[in-house]
Amino acid sequence: MYEIIKAEFIAPSVKKFIIKAPKIAQKRKAGQFVIIRINENGERIPLTIADSDKELGTITIIVQGVGKTTNELNQLTTGSYITDVVGPLGKASHIENFGTAVSIGGGVGTAIAFPTAVALKDAGNYTIAIIGGRTKEFVILEDEMKKVCDEVYPTTDDGSYGFKGFVTAKLKELIDSGRKIDFVLAIGPIPMMKAVAETTRPYGIKTVVSLNPIMVDGTGMCGGCRATVDNKTVFVCVDGPEFDAHKVDFATLERRNKTYKEMEETSYHSFQCHIDKAFEEART
Amino acid sequence: MNEISKKDRMKIPRQPMPEQDKLERRTNFSEVNLGFTEELAKMEALRCLQCPKPICIEGCPVEVKISEFIKLVSEGDFLGAAQKIKEDNLLPAICGRVCPQEEQCEVKCVVGKKGEPVAIGRLERFVADFEREHTELRLPELKPKTGKRVAIVGSGPAGLSCAGDLIQMGHEVTVFEALHELGGVLIYGIPEFRLPKEIVKAEINSLRALGVEFVTNAVIGFTDTVDELLANDYDAVFIAVGAGLPYFLNIEGENLNGVYSSNEFLTRVNLMKAYRFPEFDTPVFNCKDKNVAVFGGGNTAMDAVRTSKRLGAKNAYIIYRRSDVEMPARKEEIHHAKEEGIEFILLANPKRFIGDENGWLKGVELVRMELGEPDASGRRKPIPIEGSEYILDIDMAVIAIGNGSNPIIQNTTPDLQFNKWGNISVNEETMETSKKGVFAGGDIVTGGATVILAMGAGRKAAKAINEYLSRS
Ligand SMILES: Cc1cc2nc3c(=O)[nH]c(=O)nc-3n(C[C@H](O)[C@H](O)[C@H](O)COP(=O)(O)OP(=O)(O)OC[C@H]3O[C@@H](n4cnc5c(N)ncnc54)[C@H](O)[C@@H]3O)c2cc1C
Ligand code: SF4
Ligand code: FES
Repeated sequence: MYEIIKAEFIAPSVKKFIIKAPKIAQKRKAGQFVIIRINENGERIPLTIADSDKELGTITIIVQGVGKTTNELNQLTTGSYITDVVGPLGKASHIENFGTAVSIGGGVGTAIAFPTAVALKDAGNYTIAIIGGRTKEFVILEDEMKKVCDEVYPTTDDGSYGFKGFVTAKLKELIDSGRKIDFVLAIGPIPMMKAVAETTRPYGIKTVVSLNPIMVDGTGMCGGCRATVDNKTVFVCVDGPEFDAHKVDFATLERRNKTYKEMEETSYHSFQCHIDKAFEEART
Repeated sequence: MNEISKKDRMKIPRQPMPEQDKLERRTNFSEVNLGFTEELAKMEALRCLQCPKPICIEGCPVEVKISEFIKLVSEGDFLGAAQKIKEDNLLPAICGRVCPQEEQCEVKCVVGKKGEPVAIGRLERFVADFEREHTELRLPELKPKTGKRVAIVGSGPAGLSCAGDLIQMGHEVTVFEALHELGGVLIYGIPEFRLPKEIVKAEINSLRALGVEFVTNAVIGFTDTVDELLANDYDAVFIAVGAGLPYFLNIEGENLNGVYSSNEFLTRVNLMKAYRFPEFDTPVFNCKDKNVAVFGGGNTAMDAVRTSKRLGAKNAYIIYRRSDVEMPARKEEIHHAKEEGIEFILLANPKRFIGDENGWLKGVELVRMELGEPDASGRRKPIPIEGSEYILDIDMAVIAIGNGSNPIIQNTTPDLQFNKWGNISVNEETMETSKKGVFAGGDIVTGGATVILAMGAGRKAAKAINEYLSRS
């Protein structure tokens, strides 16, 4: 059992958890993830480690409620427990001094891009962050990013905060302004990562994305997380999760991620009904 | 009773295994074999001729004293029989269910020369179940504590048996397991209808009662490396991580939705209990009224195809590139599969998977095969018949063509020697590796093999580790 030391919402349906896991806190490197199982009936889901504190023995994960498991997780509060947390899994981000490095986060993807932005800065890069959200309240970790990056650009689709438009529009603007950009990291929804890949491709800027396939074990045992990169099959959990954005077959990834769409809806629906019922009972 | 003549013994027919009805069992995950009653067991035990030089024992990888335990069964001393088996086999309830007896002990049995061999496996299973159901946990005596500590990596049969022996020798033992559940393939691979998980849990609980410490969610290589275990006060390490890397066919369309490795399909259903979705959160492809093809001819393939039938598949096919005589699966599993309505498409090989416009699997192109000259494995080599291609409509596919070795330990333990297939190289007598204080056994050494061989390797290693620790 792993204790939740602190849990708080940082955006609508986006919750930050600080979890006691000393071993993982000691070991983890930027880009790595954990697999968690909330309770005995739970499924195993991968979550990137956003941060850690070696002294306190804690790791930070940031979760967006999208399906049953993530919403159920987001119901947990400070002091409660998660049955299983295993890690750190996957390869650490490949970090070097590229020169100028842009880290792009879309929505909760910012949380995943954050540790790598820190590592890029530590390696001596001039670091720029572009952090996008649909609207103002979905732009997360701006203060944290500001502490480690030389420049931070929030963007919103509706212009309610920062730059109006997609993260790719801001990126294009930076490139077109004639600045030399040597490295781009993009993490977020698949369409966003794909768009970033297409933005940088013509300029030949090295671009890395972190893939988020469905996983089970996270150790290379099941092959469920396979993706197509450079026309070859890879197991994202052990060969990744980060890959050269210009070689990823995003369409296959997007399609495979929909494998259980119907079932996820069933599961989420019955969970919602359960919550509503509990809520009603509590009221009466 | 014991005065019964050899001739009369030979007249007793092999006692049938009581089974769940074949139509009924297709809709549930309960165990297919129900086990002998006391009467059936005693009757079967009488068939054993008590050979002065029993050759059955030569077929047993761990040399269970077969004739001796069977004699005790015939006398009704079932607990005595259990003790006798446990002198050599720590996991009889499991081995009695999953060992390929027909190619080990039973193939040697002299009674089998004329008729059917003594049902050694069924007797072993009966005895182990009887003991579990009729006694409180009886713990063997432990040797005085030595103060030495051993780390075991992996909780499959190799790891568990090694732990069982080492704790009795007085060492402190910690088993590290990557998954959240203990038991290795016994838990995540072999389905409930063949090996109830409760039996595996009982074995693990008895190890726990002996003082073995278990740490789940520990992926050695990531959470701790082998070197860190050795540095952090473990005197020896036994690596028993199994063969956890699924092979794929490497043909077109393999990443379509609906194509699984057997590891993924079985893990979802067994370990994650997807057959009880949505009570359990993990989903698996909804097989109901669908056509399912499983590629391969081993136990894993049989487990996967029978699982899909239980999940409601309309047509469930085994597709195998050789003929049925070459199939590596246990005879009993093939027989059960056929009884349950599994269709066998033999001498056929997949060429490509075909998807619909949304990327879901809808068919597979097969090519017919014929058998040529024997190959390196001694089996006749299948050769494609030019122009015999045809398309079979399927909605889900499971690839069950074997496992390679998972590279995590290899990538994180630089001075450990591996062979070109990624298996750890060991001294076969002692299971010692190239790295001081590190031993290895089970599927990670042999490649995918059997439960009993893994268990045997675990015990061999325990003996060698004990000797190593007494020297150091
Ligand atoms: C579906 C299926 C059916 C089978 N049916 C039969 C049968 O009927 N009869 C038979 O005799 N054999 C059968 N086998 C084969 C048999 O199960 C294996 O040969 C046997 O389990 C091997 O034992 P093991 O202890 O070496 O490894 P495993 O049982 O594979 O256990 C290895 C354990 O190590 C863990 N692990 C892996 N890497 C790490 C790491 N880095 N750190 C920590 N832990 C790790 C794994 O999670 C796993 O729990 C079957 C296999 C399968 C897959
Ligand atoms: S060979 Fe057969 S008959 Fe002889 S002892 Fe073994 S089981 Fe009994
Ligand atoms: S999640 Fe199973 S192999 Fe990657």
